[in-house]
This record gives sequence, C-alpha cells and structure tokens, in this order.
Amino acid sequence: MKTHLLTMTAGAALMASLAHAEEVRVYNWSDYIDEELLTKFEEETGIDLIYDVFDSNELLETKMLAGGSGYDVVVPSGTFLQRQIQAGSFQKLDKSKLPNLGNMWDVVEQRTAQYDPGNDYSINYMWGTTGIGVNVGKVQEILGPDAPIDSWELIFNPDNISKLAECGVHMLDAPAEMIPAALKYIGENPDSHDPDVIAKTEPVFMAIRPHIQKFHSSEYINALANGDICVAVGWSGDILQARDRAAEADNGVEVAYNAPKEGAQMWFDQMAIPVDAPNPDAAHKFLNFIMDAENMAAASNYVYYANGNAASKDYLIEDVIGDPAIYPSEEALNNLFTTTPWDPRVQRTVTRLWTKIKSGT
Amino acid sequence: MRRFVLIAVPYLWLVALFLIPFVIVLKIALSDVALARPPYLPQLDITGGWDSIRTFFSELDFENFWFLTTDDLYWKAYLSSLQIALFSTTLTLLVGYPIAYGMARAAPEWRPTLLMLVILPFWTSFLIRVYAWMGILSNEGLLNQFLLWLGVINEPLTILNTNAAVYIGIVYTYLPFMILPIYSALERMDDSLLEAAEDLGCSRLSAFWLVTIPLSKNGIIAGCFLVFIPVIGEFVIPSLLGGSGTLMIGKVLWEEFFSNRDWPVASAVAVILLLILVIPIILFQRNEQKQREAEG
Repeated sequence: MKTHLLTMTAGAALMASLAHAEEVRVYNWSDYIDEELLTKFEEETGIDLIYDVFDSNELLETKMLAGGSGYDVVVPSGTFLQRQIQAGSFQKLDKSKLPNLGNMWDVVEQRTAQYDPGNDYSINYMWGTTGIGVNVGKVQEILGPDAPIDSWELIFNPDNISKLAECGVHMLDAPAEMIPAALKYIGENPDSHDPDVIAKTEPVFMAIRPHIQKFHSSEYINALANGDICVAVGWSGDILQARDRAAEADNGVEVAYNAPKEGAQMWFDQMAIPVDAPNPDAAHKFLNFIMDAENMAAASNYVYYANGNAASKDYLIEDVIGDPAIYPSEEALNNLFTTTPWDPRVQRTVTRLWTKIKSGT
Repeated sequence: MRRFVLIAVPYLWLVALFLIPFVIVLKIALSDVALARPPYLPQLDITGGWDSIRTFFSELDFENFWFLTTDDLYWKAYLSSLQIALFSTTLTLLVGYPIAYGMARAAPEWRPTLLMLVILPFWTSFLIRVYAWMGILSNEGLLNQFLLWLGVINEPLTILNTNAAVYIGIVYTYLPFMILPIYSALERMDDSLLEAAEDLGCSRLSAFWLVTIPLSKNGIIAGCFLVFIPVIGEFVIPSLLGGSGTLMIGKVLWEEFFSNRDWPVASAVAVILLLILVIPIILFQRNEQKQREAEG
C-alpha cells in the first residue's frame, strides 16, 4: 500500500512537472546522435527534449515549405538549407545567445557560408563526403589486387562495374549526389547548372544502369556489412558504420571507404531554427549545448562523422580524428568539391533524367 | 423538413470531404511554382477586398495541365497504373469470388468465424504486413527456401523488386475489400432459386452461371470498384515491393511533390487522376440508372 501511494505521489509530481516544463522539439537525421547527449541536455537545462528523426532532405523540405511543423530545431543539408532560407523558412540566429560559437572551425564555416552567407541562419552539425564503399576481398577477387577502389573508374567504367554486378552494386537514390559525381568523372564542372552539360551524364548512367542492383539511400549500410553487396556509392559515415558492424560481426567482410581521387562531393548538415518555432529560446539553448566542445566530440565519436567544431578535436577518439576517411588531410580536402542548388527548371530536368535512368522511361 | 435533412446529410458529406479538398487542389494546380512558403503563387488575400481577389483569379492558368502533355512520362505512368490496376482487380476477383462463395455456402454457425478470419489481418498495421512480404519474397526469403527445399527450383527466383511482387502485394492487401461485398450479396441469395433452376433443367454449372453470378453482380461491381480505385493511386506497395522499373502514377506524384517541389504540377497530376476515375464511374452509374428505368 505504501509503495502504491508513493507511486501515485510520484506520478502526480511528474504530471505537474510536465504541465509546467518547457519543451524543445528537435528534428534530426536518423542514427545521427549519441542518445546520452539528449538526457544530458534535459538534466542540464531542465527543458524537455522531444527528438524526432527523418531520413530524407525532401521530406524535411516539404514540412518546412508547408510551415507549421512545430519543430524548434531542424537539420537540412547545404543546398536544401540555402533554398529554404530563400523561401523564408528560418529565423536569424541570435548570436548573443550562442557563446559557444567561438568553438566553430573557420575552415568549415567558410564553406558553409556559401549556402548561408555569414552563417546567419545555421550552425554546422556534421559534414562528410560522398564516395565509394567496397567489400575489399570480393572486389579484389574479381578485379585483381589493383582494383581502382579509390576512383570513380570503379563505378562509371562499364568494364569494371559489369564484372562487379554479380556480387551486387547499390547506388544512392539521390540525383544531387550522383550527377555531380558523374560530371566529375567525365571532366565537366560538377556544379554545372547547364541542362545540356547535365544531359552528358545520361549515356554514362545508361551504360552502367543494367549493373546496378538497387538505387537506395540507406539499405546499403546493412547490405555492405552482411556481404550481400560488394560495392555501394554512399555517404562516408554510413559506410564507416557498415565497416564497424562487419568488424563487430567478425564475418570475414572487410569494408573500406574512399573519397574518389578525381574529387568527391563534400556536404554539410546544418542546424537551423524554423521561423515559426514555438520555443526559439530553448532552440538557442540546444544549439549552444551542441556546440560545446565535449558534447560535439561525443556525437562525432558515436556516429563517425566529422564536425565543424574546432575545439572538439581535443576530445575526439583516435579512430575518428586519425582516420583520413573522416578527417581528410589538407591536400585531400582541397580535392573535395561543393555544389549549389539547381533552380526549379534545372531541378525538373534532373528529376526527369533520374527517373529515366532508374526506370528506363 | 425531415426529408430535406436526410438528403442534406450525404450532400454535406460530399461537399466537406470531396468538393472543398478538390477545389483546394485545383486552385494549386492552376498556380505557378515559387520559392516561397507555401511554394506556389498567387496566394489568396481576402483582406485586400475585391481587387485582390480579381487579381488572384487573373493569375490562375492551365499552364501545368499543358505541361503534362509535353512529356510522355505522364501518360505512360497513367496507362501503366491503369493496366496494373485492371490486372490486379481481375486477379483479386478470381481469388476472392471462390472464397466469398465458400463462406456463403458454409453452415450458418460457421459464418461469423469465417468473416472474422477475413477481417483479422486488418488488426496488424498494413505497413508491417507489406514489410513481411519483403521477407517472404526476397532471394533468401521463406518462399525461395521452401521451393529450394522441395526441389522445385535450383536457383532462387527473383520476385522481390519486380512487378510480380507488386501484384502479390496488391492482391493480398485488397482481398478483403473484394470478398466482403460479394459475400454479403451471396449470403442474401435465396437457395430455392437454384433448386428452381435445376428443376427446370439447368446443370449445376449453368445454374451458377445463369443465377448465382447475376444475383451477385452488385457485390462484384462494388468489390471491383473498392479494389480498382485505390490501386490506381497506390504508392506504398510499388515503392516497397516493386523495382525501379515499376512505373505508377503514385510514384510520379511523389517525385513531383518531393523531388521537384512542384506542388502545382503535382496537383495537376492528381486532378487528372481524379477525372480518370470519376468520369467512368459517373458514366457507369448513369447507364445503370437508364437500365433500371427501362426495366421499371
């Protein structure tokens, strides 16, 4: 009876605290944070954190354009952020509430300013590259020890990919990632907005299309780790997660990630506050919490992506800071490229081309 | 007065749940895509008085419908959706009719249980059931393992990510919608009619063909509509079970909305889809009414 009464009191107290507690709603990518950080934020600030996840920029963008999403913090990638800023989806950050801004890394800030001039609307959360993940054993068995696993030749040269088809090839279902890569491969400007130049990638994709088992943006993590497929074009951190899962499973699969030497796309996921956020004050507190050097390092140590926080480097584990696939050398960094958003007319050409590549019509 | 209220209820239903949403979608279809929130222009501003309403209407046009004719993707997708819907409705009818017939012929004390069994799958989320099919149909899935074990096949069959998987998924999902109306038509049938037919020299097969089928006609029609109409716009089943070669209008609509961020063109696609569905149904009902009047 006594315990019963106790539970009831505790329940009532909890209800009361819920009624008064401040709330902040965060909408981030799936598998993208160390969940202990969420509890830590609640303990430090006393604010209730409601954390939801999404898995595509398109989904987030539709919510932002429709308005009234109810979120206080969202995490779009560079080009999507830029377009949503232009559409009036975000509010300017109140930098006086963000003392931890001093921790940010100028090298990353210079690049993100391309999407968000002056970094007025967003802070960098994580960044990475789009490249090639391979099952080293299988690929070398088929193409020999000199297999070009660090080159777009592996993907876009029909001679190579046709041989690899038997062990399974996945490709991101994201034209904004794949078309710049193909442009780079044929020696064009990867950030070209000219429909005639973009059209030059059509024969490149059509030649390799029969050898692609699936266009998908998340299945490759497991498929690569299990050994179901041997090649995937994907995001750096995802492929590194596949590498670690394979190593943990000890199933004889060795996964390697490479940002292709011809040049790979560099992308940035940015945290921003919607213009109609219910609690912008708490949103600023969350951003400041994330920019804390130790917190940011904890997130990177967990998801294996690089971040835009210079001060956090002191707290990163060697597995992350010492891996050139996550933190590339200065020279490799110069080899990476960024892209800018297509205008609606070009976007339409690109989507149409991508439908044709995937379905043949 | 009471009669008026009775008639008003379905009309209110129609206006609130069909006409108003349709007008909103049509309005977006006549707008232009813009980088704004929401992403189209013009926006209706009633506070501006008549002038702003007049300018609003003058800015609407049919450009997006015209655009749909410039690319063969759209009619190919409509046609392919119609074809998939027709074929899977036929399949569902062929599978569903014998089940409904068996249920209606079963002993009366068994019928509630059988009915329950048909409805039971709805208690699990539709999405989970479709995911379960992915597990059954994949290369290392249950079906292939079973067939390999039986020795019927030597190599696993590729079913997942093909149109065959889409048909399996659709027939499975929509089967109850076919069975229930046919069952309710068959259950009400008077058995003495069949006896009379046999007394008059019909074989059992021709009695089925000449008596049972015509009497269950309304159930068949209702079942076919209940399956055919949602299947045309189906998005979840083709995107989870189908391959990249499966072309359906639901997928095209998704791409217009999410990838191109072109709500106006997406709305135009949706309006045309509605017309494709509604016009044949209106024609059909008119035809039915004429027949009834002719008979009456």
